[in-house]
Amino acid sequence: MTALTQSQFYQQLKKYYTFYTGGFILFVIALAILEQMGLPPKWVGYIFLGATIALYAGIGIMSKTADVSEYYVAGRRVPALFNGMATGADWMSAASFIGMAGTLYLAGYDGLAFVMGWTGGYVLVALFLAPYLRKFGQFTIPDFLGTRYGGNLPRTIGVIAAIICSFTYVVAQIYGVGIITARLTGLEFQVGVFVGLAGILVCSFLGGMRAVTWTQVAQYIILIIAYMIPVVWLSVSHTGNPIPQVVYGQVLQQVTQLENEFNNPDTAKGAAEASARAAHRAKQESLEAKIAALDAAVADGTGAAFFEAQRTEAGNPADFPATIDALKEQWKKGAEGAKKASGPVSAHATAFAGKGAEAKARANPDATEADIAAARAEDQAETDKKRRNFIALVLCLMVGTASLPHILMRYYTTPSVRDARKSVFWSLFFIFLLYFTAPALAVLVKFEVYNNLVGSSFATLPAWVANWSAVDATLMKIVDVNLDGIVQLAEITIGGDLIVLATPEIAGLPYVISGMVAAGGLAAALSTADGLLLTIANALSHDVYYKMIDPKASTVRRLAISKGLLLVVALFAAYTASLKPGDILFLVGAAFSLAASAFFPALVLGVFWRRANYLGAVIGMLAGLVVCMYYMVITYPFFGGVPENQWFGIAPISAGIFGMPVGFIGVIVGSLISRAPSQEIQQLVDHVRYPSLEGDIDTRAA
Amino acid sequence: MQLSERHHEYWRKNLRLTAVLLAIWFVVTFVVIYFAPQLNNIVILGFPFAFYMGAQGALIIYVLIIWFYQHRMNQLDKEYGVHEGDE
Repeated sequence: MTALTQSQFYQQLKKYYTFYTGGFILFVIALAILEQMGLPPKWVGYIFLGATIALYAGIGIMSKTADVSEYYVAGRRVPALFNGMATGADWMSAASFIGMAGTLYLAGYDGLAFVMGWTGGYVLVALFLAPYLRKFGQFTIPDFLGTRYGGNLPRTIGVIAAIICSFTYVVAQIYGVGIITARLTGLEFQVGVFVGLAGILVCSFLGGMRAVTWTQVAQYIILIIAYMIPVVWLSVSHTGNPIPQVVYGQVLQQVTQLENEFNNPDTAKGAAEASARAAHRAKQESLEAKIAALDAAVADGTGAAFFEAQRTEAGNPADFPATIDALKEQWKKGAEGAKKASGPVSAHATAFAGKGAEAKARANPDATEADIAAARAEDQAETDKKRRNFIALVLCLMVGTASLPHILMRYYTTPSVRDARKSVFWSLFFIFLLYFTAPALAVLVKFEVYNNLVGSSFATLPAWVANWSAVDATLMKIVDVNLDGIVQLAEITIGGDLIVLATPEIAGLPYVISGMVAAGGLAAALSTADGLLLTIANALSHDVYYKMIDPKASTVRRLAISKGLLLVVALFAAYTASLKPGDILFLVGAAFSLAASAFFPALVLGVFWRRANYLGAVIGMLAGLVVCMYYMVITYPFFGGVPENQWFGIAPISAGIFGMPVGFIGVIVGSLISRAPSQEIQQLVDHVRYPSLEGDIDTRAA
Repeated sequence: MQLSERHHEYWRKNLRLTAVLLAIWFVVTFVVIYFAPQLNNIVILGFPFAFYMGAQGALIIYVLIIWFYQHRMNQLDKEYGVHEGDE
């Protein structure tokens, strides 16, 4: 293909991927026909898993390469449009694909922090980084730090920070791959992790960035089709309009109206909800009384007897907690769950709702004016805290987006600065397609639940509810707490991941579409995992080995080392994921704060402030990273921290809000107290600022 | 190499464009978030305004910002003779 000009290459790619998309649609239709003819759902799952992984493997093998530039940056000839698709797949992980709509369903407006944070960051990529990094034109982000600030120390800090952010993130992706594989095929989770790992490695092992790029384009096409079809179908079947993003405004109004009814005990629906909530409250009180009795018994020294009595009373079930502490924990959880279910419905579109203390105080006839004023102040404090956290989270996610090495690296692969700029536009456009659909999906499903499920009878539950509550109680649980035989909202517990997974069934589509959605989730997780693994392996092989240990290494040796490290990192990440680390979602969020604190100031000032120098970069990056990590450690329970240590009530996930300014101050102060950078480095700054200069230096890597 | 006055002008224009677009980004994101409870009282086509901005409006504006930046910068490159040669 090397003989082709860029525009011929582009035409050829367009032809290939058009055929590919058509082929995928035909494949889905063929499976749908087979399903109608009696192919069992389990086989549909197997075929989807096998066919898509075989496809990615095929692309991976076809793209194998022994050329350094092909391996690290796909030969720098990925057209803007295709780099945009690849970035979209690289960017959107299992969390975006499966989790996003669920988060929005559960959190309403407050969940939009993720939608805005994960898209607005591309504005920063476009304005501050992509074109300049492309002009610089090497292989990794630590490359830029090492060259711009001169010396191995900035490069080393960059490598360490890149590994910290990418590794936590890749573990979460492999975890997602394991879950989806297990769901699609019925294999054990641990087996699923390693099957998925094979799927990841076939893409990246032989062809590095080149193979990853072309599989990511293929994965993007699958994931966007898999996301859109069920949502559009749901929208048509429930509203008669095929554009869910437009029509859900009206649906949202209906949802809001239903929310008001549910919270007003004077209406029929509200009265039913009130009775279900009362049942939850009674349960909460009885559990709290039991906990108190247990504590009293333990204090008397009769804890063991009390525990035995409870076990006998419960009928000696096999899953009864083994110790007093475990029993107490179970009761506590039950009481908390019941307390949550006994509260009013929070309105979907309302921003930063208070605690509802004022409404409660007003309902109490004994409350004085002062009580009400105090309750109002309490609500206001809650609103302010939520707003602060929302802003901090959005900022951390945005700046983190613009600092994550696996994303920035993609802009090294375009043919020119012009294409790098265009490519950021395409990236965000392709990401936007999914992100502006997710809020619509959340509202459509919410309407389905509020309007059709609530009020239906337990004897005739909709099929999708019966199916999912049988498959997985963490996703869908429904219990008739007030024993009236009718479903109330307070009786339904929904796990966020259900929203995307169950949409095909809610829309009344055949199982093959469910299989396609799972394949889409798999594509999302695999593509992100590939990009991240490559980032880590490249940082180790290129920055550490080639640039610092053995700069004379031959091409063959460099690639061998790189592939070896890729394998080691992948196995280690899969092993970590198979242990099911509990705080995985937090760690993913933390990656953004860490990247924002460590990279953003040094990268941006490196381009926009000529005076930034070695000492500034070292101090800024270290200080940003340290402040961010310190804040997480003192506030996050997993590291032994306590929420009381929070500054301004900011949650640990947004630690970057403190790390970033410290990073900027660090770079500025460190630079000003030491000498201005050398003439060569100032030339480098000019070099990256202008797409083309006469008599320019050349920083491109071979 | 020595940068000419034209080069400096190019860079100043780039900075101005960057600053203006960043200001738009800031307003549609953070100013709207800050006043979200008040802005939600304005309802357009069923959407409370701040909710709409978070779910769609801001995203559309981000896409447009980036499109405009690439369009304008690629123009400036040519105007100031710092564009890359064609393949």
